[in-house]
Amino acid sequence: MRIDKDLVAASATPLVLAILSEGESYGYALSKRVRELSGGELEWSDGMLYPLLHRLERLEWVTTAWRVPPEGRRRRYYAVTDAGRAALADQRRQWDAVTSALTGVWQRLPLQPAVHPSLGTV
Amino acid sequence: MTALEPQITEWRSYVGRARGVARPDVDELEAHLREQIDALGGAGLADDEAFLVAVKRMGAVDDLSREFAREHSGRLWKQLVLPPDAEPQRRPSGLASALVLAAGAAVAVHVPRLLGVDPSSDDEAAFFYLRNAGLLVLPFLALWFALRRELGRRPVLVLAAVLALAAVVVNAYPWARESSSELLAALYLPVVLWFVVATASMGGTWRSHERRMDVVRFTGEWAIYYVLLGLGGGVLLGLTALVLEPVSPGLVEPLLQWVLPSGAAGAVLVAAWLVEAKQDVIENMAPVLTAVFTPLFAVVLAGCAATYAVSGSTGEFDRVVLGVFDLLLVVVLGLVLYSTSAREASRPAGVLDRLQLVAIASALVLDAVVLVAMVARVGDLGWTPNRVAALGLNLLLLVNLARAAELSVRFLRGRAPFSRLERWQTAYLPAYGVWAAAVVVVLPLLFAFA
Repeated sequence: MRIDKDLVAASATPLVLAILSEGESYGYALSKRVRELSGGELEWSDGMLYPLLHRLERLEWVTTAWRVPPEGRRRRYYAVTDAGRAALADQRRQWDAVTSALTGVWQRLPLQPAVHPSLGTV
Repeated sequence: MTALEPQITEWRSYVGRARGVARPDVDELEAHLREQIDALGGAGLADDEAFLVAVKRMGAVDDLSREFAREHSGRLWKQLVLPPDAEPQRRPSGLASALVLAAGAAVAVHVPRLLGVDPSSDDEAAFFYLRNAGLLVLPFLALWFALRRELGRRPVLVLAAVLALAAVVVNAYPWARESSSELLAALYLPVVLWFVVATASMGGTWRSHERRMDVVRFTGEWAIYYVLLGLGGGVLLGLTALVLEPVSPGLVEPLLQWVLPSGAAGAVLVAAWLVEAKQDVIENMAPVLTAVFTPLFAVVLAGCAATYAVSGSTGEFDRVVLGVFDLLLVVVLGLVLYSTSAREASRPAGVLDRLQLVAIASALVLDAVVLVAMVARVGDLGWTPNRVAALGLNLLLLVNLARAAELSVRFLRGRAPFSRLERWQTAYLPAYGVWAAAVVVVLPLLFAFA
């Protein structure tokens, strides 16, 4: 299954903010975590994560600093701010509204594409 | 490992050349690439295979560049002259229109003289030129930008109305003899006109902070180019005069009278064209200049502040001194604005930021001393147009720099991001235009044109 590009773009901000709410992180770990969380379904090219992170930084939703961890190489770490948490809460409400509306509709529809009754099924 | 390093280096330089991708971004992307390669290597891939997969996962450089450019529109400034997609094919740089309009400005400065207003023989005419110097030249620059940015009819009409109003105000006001409000109007009018030019260069709107920052960059770089052109032109004119003098001394005076003003007027447009067309050249110069002068100003201003603190503010502070301090604050503000505009917002705080704070703080201390002395004296001597203008500008600058210093401290302590300081500067910018307009239009009315 391929997830639509617009949907990936729309979900990227809440996803990144939510992962950062669990604790500060850096680009590579973030994209790895996204892949794990979505079971590999949500795939974006890794580079795209950085313009997004920089946008969040400009909005003051995350702060960032270059650091060298004891093991490993120099990385740029990102941490969510209070404003970022507030934004995430807001986004979460919006997504909840969307998913509950969709769930309501899904329940009335069969999952498989409908087959025309006159043709019947074999 | 041996085959990998050259490949990464090559990839780095390739990504670094993409539009909108700056050095720190490449560092960050490279860190990511290396982690990815390590992980893939751990899963059993050979180095070169891991490299290929990691690069593939990073995404197409074109897409990446577009995303970075969208987020960091400020960086895109130097590529504005290039079309969005095909790099080698250049958009017309506007040289032809700039040259035509430069010629227009060069002729326009002589029109009043041709109509009998001769500044060399008559004081009244000299004042006319003083008041109208900006009006004879800067509308051409505004027009050039209006053409380049393809301004709509409404903004063009609004800007034309402002220019017409300015022309009416400075020429129809019944100025008193030796009027200081007339001199002030002549001094502040170019600032008002510069805001007209800025509006045209921003495509007719003041809404975008990024565009405002572009105006700051444009202004600084235009000033650098103008000074360079002026130096070159001065050398050329001086040499010509020296060469001509032995054979026909009569030629030298008209040469200076006719060529000098025309050159100065035309250079305004040529400098603007250079800024727009040759941005790559100057962009390397501007940060270097700020980097050189910020520490020097910090040291000198801190020294001056210490001297004032030791000697106390017993000196005679008159209007001239306040003017000097206005100028000082303007220069410090210029340094701050310029280094802000040239600075990568995501870079961590450095020595230069600290030095800049020292410069601002020292200037504020000095200014506070003088301001207190001045306010006390205004109480004794009463208000004049000059005192109002000087004090008003001083307060305006003081507020700007004080808040900049505060935000700068917060940034250095890691309490606020650098973008907050940037925002404050661009948000405050229109205040200067409003004040300049008030000095030109309202102040003469308040003081009965004296």
